[in-house]
Amino acid sequence: MNEDSLWSWETAWDVLPDLLRGLVVTIEATVVGMVIASILGLFIALAMRAPTRWVRGPLRFVVDFIRMTPLLVQLVFVWLLLVDIPPLVIGFGVLGVHYATYMSEVYRAGIEAVPAGQWEAATALNLPKGRTWFAIILPQAIRKTLPGLGNYAVSMFKETPFLFAITVVEMYQAAQNFGANTFSYIEPLTMVGLLFLIVSYPTSLLVRRMEMRLA
Amino acid sequence: MSDNLQALIDSLPDLGSAVAVTLEMALGGAAVAMVVALVLGFGSRTRSLWVRGPSRVVIEFFRGTSLVVQVFWIYYVLPQLGFKMEALAVAIVALGLNYGAYAAEVVRGSIDSVPKGQWEAATALNLGWAHKVRRVIFPQAWALMIPQLANLLIQLVKGSALAFYISLHDVYWWTDQLQRETRDTFFSFGAGLIVYFVISYVLTWGMNYLEERAKRRLGRGTRPRLRDVFGLKPGVPTEIARVKGGVA
Repeated sequence: MNEDSLWSWETAWDVLPDLLRGLVVTIEATVVGMVIASILGLFIALAMRAPTRWVRGPLRFVVDFIRMTPLLVQLVFVWLLLVDIPPLVIGFGVLGVHYATYMSEVYRAGIEAVPAGQWEAATALNLPKGRTWFAIILPQAIRKTLPGLGNYAVSMFKETPFLFAITVVEMYQAAQNFGANTFSYIEPLTMVGLLFLIVSYPTSLLVRRMEMRLA
Repeated sequence: MSDNLQALIDSLPDLGSAVAVTLEMALGGAAVAMVVALVLGFGSRTRSLWVRGPSRVVIEFFRGTSLVVQVFWIYYVLPQLGFKMEALAVAIVALGLNYGAYAAEVVRGSIDSVPKGQWEAATALNLGWAHKVRRVIFPQAWALMIPQLANLLIQLVKGSALAFYISLHDVYWWTDQLQRETRDTFFSFGAGLIVYFVISYVLTWGMNYLEERAKRRLGRGTRPRLRDVFGLKPGVPTEIARVKGGVA
């Protein structure tokens, strides 16, 4: 590569198919990870309301531990432990569990924001516990958690490049591979950044609009 | 197991320097982030479009392109364009810019949630802009923003693990060394994760202390219970939960 042309459109064009394939993996990881996170997060939030502190205490510790240690190290940890499982599946799982600890906080806030009168009304109507939760509390709580879910989806999308550490060829790793083969890193790495921006910015605008509408 | 412990004890000197590197990145990154956040946060709420526009673009740019990409871009691409930096500087700058952009939203949101009457009263007292902000507005906003900044600080510490891949000897590097030494993934990574957890925990205490102090200075302080100081407060106060940016 000569000095005076740092940016070659040709290279940028060549790397694009690889990056788009990587983007598909990135989006896959985000969607599956987010599905796991939103389901598991709800379970954590419900378990945190257990009457006994023998459940709450240990759970609180595990959740804080996962939340306060690096996702990257967790990914590599699980990947080295479970050798037989494909890296992408490990990526789904670890992303899901890590974000479930965030999501549980969102659900907790959503559940606590349901007015006390709703609980009282359910008691007054003599509804069983299950119906109180599924027909009254959760529908109202989950509506409030949608913006949080959207925010975390955008944020998870931007954290999927960590999967490069466990050999998943997502967008960043695709760029890195291309760079290693052709010795040109400028175009692929720049394009990856721009692709992230192109996807995440409109999504976060959508989330912001949803936030205003539901607020 | 005793071999593992021996390897752990042998690697303790390395752990000291590794924690130092991680803390340097955390505190250096936080300092850069705070400067970036103040400039962009105030910039994005000025009336002039010529300041507000660029501030917003920079914020959205650094929030929108992933941290991983930013770190490697600064590490691999920038030297080709003629800017070469030490790896530690790369990490601090990348972490500072990325989390600074998030923190800018926190700063903006907190300043916006200081009641308008406070501005008006300060104007009525004939205080200049800088005086107003420094003595009246910022101290109140500061107390509001600390919980969210604490969240971001933890995110920053977690993001700093990336530095291992740009040749820095941080806590993750130490973990990796220990794993090679002992061939025991569970033991070594368990130890590494605990070190990260302790670092995050201590930093959270520091932020809790800052919050208490900020509140006390506003005359809103209550003597904190031990539980408040040593507990973790992941929750975001509802009045500013609506301001995006608390989320990383």
